[in-house]
Amino acid sequence: MAQTEFAPWNDPEAKPLIQFKNVTKRFGAFTAIDDLTQDIYAQEFFALLGPSGCGKTTMMRMLAGFENPTEGQILLSGQNMAEVPPNKRAVNMMFQSYALFPHLSVWDNIAFGLRRARMPKPEIDARVDEMLRLTRLEKFAKRKPHQISGGQRQRVALARSLAKAPKLLLLDEPLGALDAKLRQDTQFELMDIQEKTGTTFVIVTHDQEEAMTVASRVAVMDEGRIVQVATPAEIYEAPNTVYVADFIGDVNIIEGAATPSGDGYDIAWAEGQAPFHAKTQTKLSNGQRCYLAIRPEKIGIATEKPEGADNTVQGKIIDIAYLGNLSTYHVELPGGKMIKAQTANTRRLSRRALTWEDDVWLSWTNTGSVVLDR
Amino acid sequence: MRRFSWFNATSLTLGFAFLYIPMIILIIFSFNASELVTVWAGFSTRWYGELLGNEAFLDAAWVTLQVAVMSSTIATVLGTMAATVMVRGGRFMGRTLFSGMIYAPLVMPEVITGLSLLLLFIGIGLDRGVLTIVLAHTTFSMCYVSVVVSSRLVSFDRSLEEAALDLGCSPFEAFRLVTLPIIAPAVISGWLLAFTLSLDDLVIASFTAGPSATTLPIKIFSSIRLGVSPEINALSTIMIAIVTVGVLTASIVSKRASVAQQRDEQAAARAT
Amino acid sequence: MKLRRFFLLLPPYLWLLALFLVPFLIVLKISLSDIALAIPPYTPTLDIGAGWDSFRTFLSGLDFENFVFLTQDDLYWKAYLSSLRIAFIATALTLLVGYPIAYGMAQSAAEWRPTLMMLVILPFWTSFLIRVYSWMGILSTEGFLNQLLLWIGVIDAPLTILNTNVAVYIGIVYTYLPFMILPIYATLEKLDESLLEAAEDLGCSRITAFWLITIPLSRSGIIAGCFLVFIPTIGEFVIPSLLGGSQTLMIGKVLWEEFFNNRDWPVASAVAVILLLILIVPILLFQRNQQKQQEAEQ
Repeated sequence: MAQTEFAPWNDPEAKPLIQFKNVTKRFGAFTAIDDLTQDIYAQEFFALLGPSGCGKTTMMRMLAGFENPTEGQILLSGQNMAEVPPNKRAVNMMFQSYALFPHLSVWDNIAFGLRRARMPKPEIDARVDEMLRLTRLEKFAKRKPHQISGGQRQRVALARSLAKAPKLLLLDEPLGALDAKLRQDTQFELMDIQEKTGTTFVIVTHDQEEAMTVASRVAVMDEGRIVQVATPAEIYEAPNTVYVADFIGDVNIIEGAATPSGDGYDIAWAEGQAPFHAKTQTKLSNGQRCYLAIRPEKIGIATEKPEGADNTVQGKIIDIAYLGNLSTYHVELPGGKMIKAQTANTRRLSRRALTWEDDVWLSWTNTGSVVLDR
Repeated sequence: MRRFSWFNATSLTLGFAFLYIPMIILIIFSFNASELVTVWAGFSTRWYGELLGNEAFLDAAWVTLQVAVMSSTIATVLGTMAATVMVRGGRFMGRTLFSGMIYAPLVMPEVITGLSLLLLFIGIGLDRGVLTIVLAHTTFSMCYVSVVVSSRLVSFDRSLEEAALDLGCSPFEAFRLVTLPIIAPAVISGWLLAFTLSLDDLVIASFTAGPSATTLPIKIFSSIRLGVSPEINALSTIMIAIVTVGVLTASIVSKRASVAQQRDEQAAARAT
Repeated sequence: MKLRRFFLLLPPYLWLLALFLVPFLIVLKISLSDIALAIPPYTPTLDIGAGWDSFRTFLSGLDFENFVFLTQDDLYWKAYLSSLRIAFIATALTLLVGYPIAYGMAQSAAEWRPTLMMLVILPFWTSFLIRVYSWMGILSTEGFLNQLLLWIGVIDAPLTILNTNVAVYIGIVYTYLPFMILPIYATLEKLDESLLEAAEDLGCSRITAFWLITIPLSRSGIIAGCFLVFIPTIGEFVIPSLLGGSQTLMIGKVLWEEFFNNRDWPVASAVAVILLLILIVPILLFQRNQQKQQEAEQ
């Protein structure tokens, strides 16, 4: 039997843990967060994704209590957090720089918050040991932060912020300082720990792959607003704007004019070329400017015109990027438009027929593309 | 590898000879048996004995030490507070005036500082003595402390304090448990600097000291005005020895600490 | 948050107001007062307790008599000029002595540099008075320098160096040398060696590379070092009074004597006010240099 899907955001009965209500934050003349409303539910792994300066860090710092909203409210379990200082919030944060206290040992760093909460000594000991076990740091308890590696430091920071069993854990670019290989391992470890502890995680990242891997929902941000909130799959397969489509993964954007036709639209994209057809729920007026977003892996590439394909177009291979498991072909369409098409390299190199300057046919289905109005 | 030439070797040798020969001569002649300071007449520790029997010098040394400990301690507290506000405080009313008052004493000629404080003490009818010297020394040395501490605070990772708040510290606890231990080396060097400045000061002390309190520099000054004396050579030797031991110890300790830190970091990097 | 900052700010602020700003205003006020023979030897021209009327009488009672006096007696302006001249020459000499040392330090092997640094800083921690004093035994007529020169045979009769301006220059160079070396060393140490190699690669000789690359790139250090020597030297008292002679005129010494020997407080205060006005220009220039340097580093 399939597990019940974890999707409290689709349940109208569910009570959100965090509510942003028309929150605006200004720093002088600069608006960091612009009238933002968003719910986050208990046990979610919620990712704030966006380029630097999009306001994601400000959102997190407002949750931690280091900044207060200029307008609007932030509720935690229904309680307004405006006047609650950071040290009185059941929220902990893992800092981008880790912010490990250099003069304290790993053990003392983890025990720091528990001691402030005046927890009895035996309980502190037990809790710290539990955290050390959870993050596999038992051997390093007595070391100082500068005596351990970057990956270990990252785990100490995580253990320290989890020690007080906060309702909400904030992670500011938690893996930014790790190298690529370690980052992948740690992503899974983070998910594992989140599941084990049942804590709500809000992660800030500029790395879309990281957000897609760990998060239950991803919020893509731009200039102080959330552009789209959805599960990673939805964000990728059904972006709601060109900005989101472009930000997440690789995409071809073809601009054109829409004419209703059948269950979708015909999109005229160049003089003298047959329009592309796409199925969509999006409502467009006749002749409206729109954008067709097609992921490179959804485009087939062949030397012969494929029979029965929904959309086909001929072009010339200009460039080939060989990535090992994949190859990306840069194909120039009539009129100069460049399209990227990606194929999995299931065969050995010598057996593949396509090369530079080859004339090829590109094809995709009516549902392979997404129609966007902005 | 940088180029090393005879020119550099010569300039370093001559330069350090210039810096150190006068003091070495001073030390050697403090062990001279003769009354005449510039003629060697055999080894003797006679002047050290006479110095230790000289009540006036010992009294002055005691006053100087008291003044230095008190003024440097108050200056460290005030200077650290001032540095914290300057680096962390953001904008506030009178910030320009405040930062001006913090930096001005660093460049103010000592004669002016001394004169102005003396006129203040007379104006409010405060008897000149240990207290007035302490007040005067605290005033200028707190500025030095504040400069030393602010330069450390500027590079201080602010998220450490935020992490402490996040883990439940009150702002004061965050300062006591996290900020202070980390900036402690700067605070200590600020204290040492204030202490040395106070020990060293002649001009301001001359203005602000009354007949009841004479500091060592005042005593030394009044006796060397008349010329070189072997007793002063002995006293200088003792002071140079103390400073040398202090500075050497401090630099060895910090060198060891940084070597150990480097080694640990390398080991940690390899362990990954 | 605001309240905490207020309590943190209050003690140092009040301290500096009471013991730095107020005393300075008193100096300003006394410099505008008349001398009296009483102790304190000045007639207070402002009775703060007596309100507006007294303030008006105070304003009308102010005069620049003491400042006029400073311009009439040529001792004062000669002392100011001579202080500036001595400070200027001494600064140039310190630069000449200090630059090669800083350069040599920056060129030495990396493992030696901390030791050399410590050797430069060590004298800085030793008593200023003792360092000046150490030259008295060397420079006097029967001192070590004369003994050495006589022994070598360079001179027949001992030279008079102590109690001349030459001794003052030596004393200033000696005591202020660390202030010159440290900022220059700091800029030279950061200098990228490949810049010199690039210059040589492009056809410079070593010496032209030094003039065209090293000197301009260490400019901010040179400027900082010069001001760090120049500014305190102007008001210097200890060196001219111990090493200088009767013909050595420096304003710090004049102020001291005016105050302690002549007990003329108003004139001493006026001397102080003018001295400060003279110092403002180099201080502002120094600050600008520091700011530019900081901005360049960011």
